[in-house]
Amino acid sequence: MTGAARLEMKNISKQYYGNRVLKGLSFSVNKGEVLSLVGENGAGKSTLMNILFGMPVIHSTGGFDGEIFLDGEKANIKSPEEAMKLGIGMVHQEFMLLPGFTITENIKLNREITKDSLLSKIFGKPMKWLDLPAMKADARQSMDTIGLGIDEMLPVRGLPVGHMQFVEIARELDKKNIRLLVLDEPTAVLTESDADKLLEAMKILTGKGISILFISHRLDEVMAASDKIVVLRDGEQIAETRPSETTIDRIAELMVGRKIESGEMVGRPPSELKDDYILEIRDLSVAMPGERVKGVNLDVKRGEILGIGGLAGQGKIGIANGIMGLFPSDGDVKKNGKTIKLNAARASLDNAMAFVSEDRRGTGLLLDDSIEFNIVATAIQVQGKFLTPGKVRILDSQAMTGLATNMIQELDIRCTGPGQLTRRLSGGNQQKVCIARAIILEPNLLFVSEPTRGIDIGAKKLILDHLVKLNRDNGLTIVMTSSELAELRSICDRIAIVYQGKLEGILLPTDSDRDFGLMMAGEYHKFHGKEAV
Amino acid sequence: MRLLQKNIVPIVFIVLCTIGFHYSGLSWMFFANDLMTRLARNSFLVISLIIPVLAGMGLNFGIVLGAMAGQFAAFITVVYNLTGITGFFLACVLSIPFAVLFGWLTGILFNKAKGKEMITGLILGFFANGLYQLVCLIFIGWIIPISNKALLLPSGIGFVNTLDLKIWQYAIDKFYVFKLKGITTPLLKYLNNINFPVLTLIIVALLCTAVYLLFRTKLGQDFRAVGQNRHIAEVAGIKVDRVRIIAVIFSTVLAAWGQLIFLQNIGNVQVYGSHVQVGTFAVAALLIGGASVSKATIGQALLGTVLFHALFIVSPLAGKNIMGSAQVGEYFRVFVAYGVIGIALALHAWQRLTKKE
Repeated sequence: MTGAARLEMKNISKQYYGNRVLKGLSFSVNKGEVLSLVGENGAGKSTLMNILFGMPVIHSTGGFDGEIFLDGEKANIKSPEEAMKLGIGMVHQEFMLLPGFTITENIKLNREITKDSLLSKIFGKPMKWLDLPAMKADARQSMDTIGLGIDEMLPVRGLPVGHMQFVEIARELDKKNIRLLVLDEPTAVLTESDADKLLEAMKILTGKGISILFISHRLDEVMAASDKIVVLRDGEQIAETRPSETTIDRIAELMVGRKIESGEMVGRPPSELKDDYILEIRDLSVAMPGERVKGVNLDVKRGEILGIGGLAGQGKIGIANGIMGLFPSDGDVKKNGKTIKLNAARASLDNAMAFVSEDRRGTGLLLDDSIEFNIVATAIQVQGKFLTPGKVRILDSQAMTGLATNMIQELDIRCTGPGQLTRRLSGGNQQKVCIARAIILEPNLLFVSEPTRGIDIGAKKLILDHLVKLNRDNGLTIVMTSSELAELRSICDRIAIVYQGKLEGILLPTDSDRDFGLMMAGEYHKFHGKEAV
Repeated sequence: MRLLQKNIVPIVFIVLCTIGFHYSGLSWMFFANDLMTRLARNSFLVISLIIPVLAGMGLNFGIVLGAMAGQFAAFITVVYNLTGITGFFLACVLSIPFAVLFGWLTGILFNKAKGKEMITGLILGFFANGLYQLVCLIFIGWIIPISNKALLLPSGIGFVNTLDLKIWQYAIDKFYVFKLKGITTPLLKYLNNINFPVLTLIIVALLCTAVYLLFRTKLGQDFRAVGQNRHIAEVAGIKVDRVRIIAVIFSTVLAAWGQLIFLQNIGNVQVYGSHVQVGTFAVAALLIGGASVSKATIGQALLGTVLFHALFIVSPLAGKNIMGSAQVGEYFRVFVAYGVIGIALALHAWQRLTKKE
C-alpha cells in the first residue's frame, strides 16, 4: 500500500464524567483491509465506534481527545450525518430495517430516486414521484454485489435474519461514496453457514477497495477474515497483531487477562462441596428480550456460590429472571427434588428463593417509598410478616422500623434514617436495600444479578464481602450473575459460562484466563473436546 | 378462513345491516337514496383520517378542529352573503388558513405526546370546543363586529344556535341530475331513480385518487417510514417531527373540507353542535370498514362509511318494528358506534402485547 491509510485513529481518549473509558488508542486501516476489534463488553469498542460515527452521546459529554484521519485528511466528525457524508457506513447490531417495507424501499430509505411531478415544481422535493424502477435497479445491483439472490421487492418482514443482515449491508453499499464500513457483531445472530457467506461478502467488498472495521466475539471468524486484529481491554489497546502472527487462544488470553491474585479468590476447591444439589435446572428456555435462554441444564450445589458469566446478550441474565417467574419460561426446574411451577413469581418466592434484580431502579425498588418499607414489602406480601395479628391486619410499623434499623447497621447502608426515600440513595446503598429485602425473606437460595453494576469500588467490595458472609455464616446458597468476570472469580466456587443461550461449560475460578476467554467466545470445545461439561 | 378472520368486523356489520334492513321494512329505493346522500356527505371526513393512521399517529380524533376550521369559513361566507357554488368553494379556500394553523398546533402537541396521540386528540377536541365557544359566544358581536343582527343572539353578542346555509345548500350536490330518458332495461331504470350527487361523488373520487397518489411520492414514503418506526426513520435522516406535523395538517385541512361538504348537504349549521361528534363518528366508520389503529385504506374508509350509515338509516325503524320503540334502535346504534371504537382499540392493544412476546 502506498499513500495515506484509509482510516487512521491517533491517540483517541475519552472520558465520561472523569471516568476514562478510552486511553490513547492508535491504529490504522488501509484501503481494502479488514481490521477486527476484539474485547470483552465494556472494553471500549462501542465508545470507539460512537466517536467514529459522531454520535451525540460523545459530543454532549465533552467530546474526545485525539485525531481521526480519512485518506490522509483530518476528519472532524460531529454528527452521524457528517459521518455518512464522509463515506462511513455502519451496520448496526440491532436491525435498522422497516419490516413493512420491501427490500428495495429499505435499501433506498430516505435516499429514494425521484422524478418531477406537477406539484413538485411548486412544493419541491416532497411532492416528487418515486421512481420505483430506478430504485429497484439500484437495489438489485447492490444485492448482486454481495450475492443476495432474492427478489428485491419482497417485504422485509418474514425474511430470515441472515438475509436481513445482508439487506443492511446492501443498503450501506448503495451509498455510492462508501469508503469505510463498520460491522458491529454482524454474525452474532447468524447461523454458521450464513456467517460464512457474510465473510465471503466481506471479501467482495474489500476487493472493491472498501475498508472494513469488524467487531465480533467469534474469534475463529476474526482469524479468518481480518488483516489486522486490535485487542482492547478496559479502554486500553493491549495488542495489535495479524492473524498469521497469533493464535485464537493467545487472543482469548489477551482479551481477559486481568490479573487476579490467587489470594483474592475465596472460592473453595470442589472437594469441599458435596454433590448434593439444591436446584436442578433442565432444558430451561426463557423469552427475555435481548437475553434469551435456549435450553440450559445446570445444577446448583447446596451451600455453594455459583457464578454465571458470559458476554452481554448471550442469555446469562435470563436464567435467574426465568426461574423467578419474571419472563415467560419453559423447562423443568426442581428444588430439593420438587418441581417448581414456572411463570409464577409467587411460586418461586414461596419456595424460599429470593432474587436481587439487575434492574435495581426498575424491578428492584419502590423508588418513592422509604427504605424500611422497601425492605419489608415482599415479606408483607408473600409471608404476611410485619402485620398486626387479628382479622383486620395493618402494618406493624414498630417491627418494621426495628428490623430496618438492624439491617441498615448490618449492611452499612448510608442514609439519614429508615424513613428516607430510596430514590435519594446512591447506587451502592440502593443495592444494599435490595439485598436486605431478599435476606429477610429467609431464603435458602438467593439469586443475585449484576450486584455491582454502576457502583463505586468501595461499595462493591462491601457487597461482595457480605454475600460471602451470608454464604459462610448462614449456609445460604447463592447464584450470582455478573458481567464482570473478575468479580465472579473473586468470590464464586464455580463459574458457569453461558454462550448463545446455552451452557458452554463450568470453570473453577482458578482456571486460566485463556480458558475463560475461549469459553466466553464459544471456542472452548474446539480446543478441548467435550470433556468439560 | 383467515380471510374471514381478517375481515370479521365488516362482516359482522354487513350481517347486522342486512337484519336491520329486513326488519325496518324500508323500500330499497328509499334506502339507496338515503345511503347515497350520506355516503356523499360523510366519506370525505372519514378519508381525512387515513394519512395520520399511516404516519403512525393512530386515529386522529383531532379532526374536530378541522371541522371547526370549516365552520369558521362557513360563518364568513354567511356574514358576507357569498352564495351559490362560488360561495361554497370560497368557503373551502377560506378554511385552509384556519385548518393549517389548527393542524400545525395539533401536530406540535402530538409530537410532545408521542405514542398517546389518540387520547391527546380526543381531549384536545374537548379543549378546542371550549375555545370555539368562547369565540362564537363571547367574541362575536363584541370583539368581532357583525353588521347583520339577525345572525346574533338577542343580546347582540354571540351567534344564534342555528345558522342557515341556504345560500349555498346543495351547491355541489344539485348536480345530481342523471336522469336519462328512454331507458327500458329494468335494472338501469331502477338505478335511474336514485339521486346521484354526481359532482360530490366526483370530488370524493378525486380526493381518493389524490390520497392514493400521495403515497407514491417522496412525502408519502416518508409518512409510511415514520409510521412504521420513528427511530429507524430518524437514523435514516428523515425529519420525523416535521413529517408528523405535515401529516396532521393534511388531515385537518381535509376534515375542514369534509365538514363543508357535510354542511352544504344539510343546509344549516348548528353553531354549537355540528362539529362535536365529527371525530368519533368518522373514527367509528373507519373502524367498521375494517381499518385498525395502524392500518387503513381508502376502500376501508368507503366501506365503513356505507356500513355505518346504513346502520344509521335502518336501526330506528328496525328497533321500532322489533321492540316496539324507535328509541331502542337509536340506543342500539349509539351503543354499536362507541362499542366498535372500544373493541377496535382493545384489539389493537392486545395485538401489540402479543407481538411483544
